Amino acid sequence: MFGIVLLALLVVVVLFAISAYNRLVSLKNQVANAWKQIDVQLKRRHDLIPNLINTVKGAMNFEKQTLESVVAARNQAIAASNTGNVAATAQAETVLTGALSRLLAVVEAYPDLKATSNVSQLQEELTATENKIGFARQLYNDTATQYNTAQQTFPTMLFAGMAGAAPATLWEITDEGERAVPNVDLSLGTPTR
Amino acid sequence: MSAAGNLFAQQEANRKASRRLIAGFILFVAWLGFGGDIIWYLATRNSPDGGGVHVFPVAGLLMTVVALGMAWAGYRFGPTMLMSAARAREIETPSTDEERRLVNVVEEMCVASGVRRPRIWIVPDDAPNAFATGVKPVDAHIAVTEGALATLNRDELQAVVAHEMGHIANYDVRLMTLLTALVGMVAVIHNVGFRMGRIGGRGRSRSKDSGGGILVVVLLVLWVISWILAPLITRLMVMKVGRSREFLADAMSAQYTRNPGALADALVKIGGSNVKPRAIPKSSAQLCIADPYHSKWDDREGRVANLMATHPPLRERVKRLREMAYQDQGMLDNLQSPLSMSEA
Repeated sequence: MFGIVLLALLVVVVLFAISAYNRLVSLKNQVANAWKQIDVQLKRRHDLIPNLINTVKGAMNFEKQTLESVVAARNQAIAASNTGNVAATAQAETVLTGALSRLLAVVEAYPDLKATSNVSQLQEELTATENKIGFARQLYNDTATQYNTAQQTFPTMLFAGMAGAAPATLWEITDEGERAVPNVDLSLGTPTR
Repeated sequence: MSAAGNLFAQQEANRKASRRLIAGFILFVAWLGFGGDIIWYLATRNSPDGGGVHVFPVAGLLMTVVALGMAWAGYRFGPTMLMSAARAREIETPSTDEERRLVNVVEEMCVASGVRRPRIWIVPDDAPNAFATGVKPVDAHIAVTEGALATLNRDELQAVVAHEMGHIANYDVRLMTLLTALVGMVAVIHNVGFRMGRIGGRGRSRSKDSGGGILVVVLLVLWVISWILAPLITRLMVMKVGRSREFLADAMSAQYTRNPGALADALVKIGGSNVKPRAIPKSSAQLCIADPYHSKWDDREGRVANLMATHPPLRERVKRLREMAYQDQGMLDNLQSPLSMSEA
């Protein structure tokens, strides 16, 4: 009788260990996949920019500086992603995000330009890509948090070493400018005092 | 502490409630089938003519087979039948700005949820609504009505699509297909059984010594009562599971978009719409984001109405979403990136 109970207990423990181990490995792969998704979206953004520039170029000759800064930022981002350095990539992408949002703000100021369907399409594409980059980061951070939590909580923590689990780094905003709260100025010119 | 914490806590609570309901449902159906076998076994165990004739659980296994058959049919034909019933057209390559926006929004939510891109359909219906179908995430479908594309802004459309992606990621459609099959099985056997009972009941002579004693009699009475009420009870339980999954999908939408306020706004718009749906079949109301046959969004909150509803009251859903957003709509809108504010 005692033997049977002991055996049953052993079986339960082994099953438990297997499921904990598998959960850790599956989470680890999910984290790696989520990281790749960010890459995919960044690449898509790089491919989209020449299109955008070609469309708006003719109508915005006098906004050359804005366009050039976008092109420069794109080239830098591509160069950074080719090196494979994560911190440098994040830095360059942040610059590109800033340049793009300035360009979109400028486009808003040209109603004629906005009215052409090509530009509105591109604007939609760009909005979608920017959102996807954001959501890809969000997914990565969520998955990485789950993975890290599993490694730190009982009982999965007991098998972290066996599953070769190491804490995953969350994607953080590196640029101070992006982290800063937007400064909203609500004053109407001269203060009425 | 954080909005996300509140959100994941809600998800966990919803999952727990849903698991309990499903377990209860399965136990009830098992009692209907295998319970009968046990009673028969107990009753015939001590009878002189062949003790324990009924060791093999015939009734339970028969019900299992019928249920499996119905579930298989639901798996196999459900999604395609639904899409053709709703006269939906699939978007393969988007041709208008509206279609492109929908495709982009769906793809964004795929990135956010990590689910594979579902097939996208537009339903020619002016009533704003959306539904998802497909029994597994690799073969899923999302359908949005023309009314939804026209009335919802980009953020709201995104929240609605995220709710449907939540259903897909949770395997809700599979679950509901399975539970609906169980309900159908119970209904079929109930009908057949009672018809046979009426014909055969008169001729049958009651054997005096069932030989099981008081326990068997009590069990038998309980079992018969269960069968009499079974169609109603199973239906109510499925409704309840469906409603708990709606809350879960709302919370999933908030997880994907981090913008629960947008879903609340969308629900208010959908619920406040007076347009009567034409294309969405009544039988698939439970798959929609909100019951399309609700005439007004705040007049069906009685206790009885709640029991039979396919969806939780919109007011309650909106309230929970606003809680996730800490009611502070203004602050939430300011936190949006400037890019996501641009609307077509």
